[in-house]
Amino acid sequence: MTRADTLRAFKRDGRIVIVGASLAGLRAAEALRAEGFTGSLTMIGDELGEPYDRPPLSKQVLTGWVPADGTALPRRRDINAEWLLGVPASGLDMAGNVVRLADGREVPFDRVLIATGVRARPWFVESEAALDGVFVVRTREHAEGLQRALAAGPSRVLVIGAGFTGSEIASICRERDIPVTVAELAPAPLVGALGAMIGEVAADMQRAHGVDLRCGVKVTRLEGDAQGHLRRAHFDDGSTIDADVAVVALGGIRNTDWLRDSGLAAGVWGIACDTGCRALDINGLITDDVFVAGDVARCPNPIYEYRLISLEHWANAVEQAEVAAHNMVSAQADRWPHLSIPLFWSIQFGANIKSVGVPTFADEVVVTQGSVSDRRFVAAYGYQGRVTAAVSFNNAKWLDHYRQLIETAAPFPPLCPTPDQPVDSKPVPVDFPGPALIAQGATVVVTGNAPSERRVTSLQQHHR
Amino acid sequence: MTTTQMPDTLRRILDYSSRADPYPLYAELRRTPVARQEDGSYVVSTYRELAELLHDPHLSSDVRNLAHPMRSHEGETTPPFINLDPPEHDRLRRMAMRHFGPPHTPGLVAGMDGDLTAVVSGLIDGFAGKEQIDIVDDFAYPFPVTVICHLLGVPREDEPKFHVWVDGIVNSIDYNPKIDPKEKLEKGLQARKDLRQYLGGLLEQRHGRAGDDLLSRLANDDGPDGRMTDEEIVATANLLLIAGHETTVNLITNGMLTLLRHPEVLQRLRDDPDLVVPLVEELLRYEPPVHIIPWRAAYSDITVADTVIPRGSQIMLMLASGSRDPDRFHDPDRFDPDRRDNQHLGFGSGIHLCFGGPLARRETQIALTELVRRLDRPRLVADPPPYRRSPVLRGPIHLQVEQGTG
Ligand SMILES: Cc1cc2nc3c(=O)[nH]c(=O)nc-3n(C[C@H](O)[C@H](O)[C@H](O)COP(=O)(O)OP(=O)(O)OC[C@H]3O[C@@H](n4cnc5c(N)ncnc54)[C@H](O)[C@@H]3O)c2cc1C
Ligand code: HEM
Repeated sequence: MTRADTLRAFKRDGRIVIVGASLAGLRAAEALRAEGFTGSLTMIGDELGEPYDRPPLSKQVLTGWVPADGTALPRRRDINAEWLLGVPASGLDMAGNVVRLADGREVPFDRVLIATGVRARPWFVESEAALDGVFVVRTREHAEGLQRALAAGPSRVLVIGAGFTGSEIASICRERDIPVTVAELAPAPLVGALGAMIGEVAADMQRAHGVDLRCGVKVTRLEGDAQGHLRRAHFDDGSTIDADVAVVALGGIRNTDWLRDSGLAAGVWGIACDTGCRALDINGLITDDVFVAGDVARCPNPIYEYRLISLEHWANAVEQAEVAAHNMVSAQADRWPHLSIPLFWSIQFGANIKSVGVPTFADEVVVTQGSVSDRRFVAAYGYQGRVTAAVSFNNAKWLDHYRQLIETAAPFPPLCPTPDQPVDSKPVPVDFPGPALIAQGATVVVTGNAPSERRVTSLQQHHR
Repeated sequence: MTTTQMPDTLRRILDYSSRADPYPLYAELRRTPVARQEDGSYVVSTYRELAELLHDPHLSSDVRNLAHPMRSHEGETTPPFINLDPPEHDRLRRMAMRHFGPPHTPGLVAGMDGDLTAVVSGLIDGFAGKEQIDIVDDFAYPFPVTVICHLLGVPREDEPKFHVWVDGIVNSIDYNPKIDPKEKLEKGLQARKDLRQYLGGLLEQRHGRAGDDLLSRLANDDGPDGRMTDEEIVATANLLLIAGHETTVNLITNGMLTLLRHPEVLQRLRDDPDLVVPLVEELLRYEPPVHIIPWRAAYSDITVADTVIPRGSQIMLMLASGSRDPDRFHDPDRFDPDRRDNQHLGFGSGIHLCFGGPLARRETQIALTELVRRLDRPRLVADPPPYRRSPVLRGPIHLQVEQGTG
């Protein structure tokens, strides 16, 4: 049989297993069918119910506008799959080509896609995390619980961590007129993702909306009453605050634990893969039949010096899923690279925040258009004299221009004036907190080295 | 890639003789994506470069930033927001949008379905017994005019009056001192003045009086951006009246013309009215009402397709050419309502993206569905039909259609 014959036979009646039945998993399944894959398709997911969308969980669902079970992902075509839901995958046997489930079942595959995403980082003291009133937000059930707690009219909500999710939740609290305290270890909100200057803008915005924002502090203890209800939080500066709801928004943990003994290059930063979404094994060699997509993937981007980048972005999950699906059923010569420029958005305190590129990959930032005090502006990020990212506040229509500047490595700072020239257009250092802080709250992490430097063995360590 | 390779292609496009089919000339134009003209202006005709420029913050819509000011806008002290840049553009557009669409007035267009259908049905009822219909005069013109008058709060009876002014203004948009008679410009300037005065008169009666129409709402607004000045309201109403007037008529007419030229698609639409949604998108790509945005100015030096356009230059964006660019659209000269990934430039793009797009789409969808449903074996009387003068807002001036056994 020729290679083409083999591929044709695989497309006709091969076996594909997708682990992780959420955004990336579903979109990949749809794309596989669109590509003409007619073999067997198995979706393994530990969550029960229809795949659903997560961005509304910290937005419309918490306002009560959209019910928690109203965010099912739209289906774009029938995927004709076998769904194995409610049981997590517990292992991957690359030699035997099977996925093992926690209940002992084994699911054989010819090719597998890993899309197990991220889970919320829980509060570090288990007994305190278990208090009534302490929440994280990653799943539908989480959001439903928190929405009920907010609807009950708490005296105060404490949000721990002012990344995007924490800030969005604080915004909803203010919208619902609930007193809210936000505690952040970094000097300002969103600093881990967008740097100090934008962090300051975010801080002003929160305070203007009545948030009790406390930066540079650490919550050390959550205290409950005899009935196990949250009552109080303690800070490392000795102060306390009374609150009956706390939302722990300290970022995510990539769901790679189940791959510990698989022999893949999987670890805290995700699963390393090439731009074609093929997983690397522990020796840094490309595997042929194991693919990765979505929040759990860690993929090199040539624009950013081929560094391996993990993104927790909706659009990235979708694009990566489509590339992975295409490559799973294509011959080597027809494969696509996943090369797109990252895109992220957030809505909070009436501001539509959107970014292109990787803002953490920068040493300087400058406001290029609009007015920071009106909260309508664009800021560009630069790394060693070229544009690497941009963020807009209520000004998203311009971002295509900045995407193009990034793609063409345009010089930073951009020089030519625009009609909407900001008052102050001098670049300032971007000023990100150290890596320890980034690991907690960032949605974007730039890590790793050029592929030519084969130093990836340390990836194996698993922090819990 | 620059220069004056074909200095007269544009001249030929602007010439009336090519109005019925400018598309071969656009193809010629696209061989030079960014072409400098003898007069120092630049013509951009390829999709990629157009999309790039429409999102480029160094481009200005304010004609006062042109090194050589455009005569047709003389005497305009308060330009409408289509001719302004941020932050003024954004503020005025936001204030107008508060009363026109989401997030503050989300259901406006969706809630108009019943009214739109009623107007359309009434006009088609009027065809009864006629063997020959002019799709323009009997239908595609009165329909959107009725709608925009109603929305703005402009008396429909005054239409004959402002029709003359709008005509004068539209005809002077592409005024070219080299080839056009001076009267064309003067007529346009006078018409602008008259229309402003007329709208100002209407506005005066609205102050302090609540009402559902846009003039009343703008006159009594108390949103987060405050209230527009009277000059700003007049400029905005002026813009909406013209835009709501002179564009949808062409989309509906082009739509009917295109369907009559593609009877198999007409039949499909009759059998499956849902087809109208992608069909109208394809029309906006294939036969768009707005062919050219003639008035962009380079605010700084701009590099596009390896060409530097110096500050102050006039830039003409050939939207209709971009929507037929084979580098972006497969088989671009084919009318294909099943086309996917149809990111046409029919409504522009970026911050000036058409404000009335949702309304225009809905109007055209309802118009075409009903025409196709109710006309009895419609046939073109003349192909091509006679066209309006303007190469910018391009469309037939009449579209005679026979129906029935006739
Ligand atoms: C509250 C919230 C708000 C967000 N807002 C935005 C936003 O505004 N903009 C934006 O760009 N992005 C946003 N995101 C991020 C976006 O939702 C993610 O990028 C996207 O969900 C990633 O999809 P995924 O399929 O890769 O991973 P996930 O959605 O995390 O899905 C992974 C799935 O795999 C399952 N799984 C894990 N381990 C196993 C196992 N061993 N066996 C079987 N199944 C397993 C998980 O339970 C889950 O169902 C937000 C995320 C959250 C939580
Ligand atoms: C099919 C019909 C229509 C077409 C093809 C069309 C096309 C366009 C285009 C191409 C632009 C961009 C101009 C530029 O970038 O300079 C535009 C802007 C605009 N259109 Fe339309 N239009 C249509 C109908 C309407 C209607 C019905 C209205 C009003 C109700 C309207 C109101 C506007 C306004 C106000 C702008 C300026 C937007 C801004 O500058 O921010 N249009 N239109």
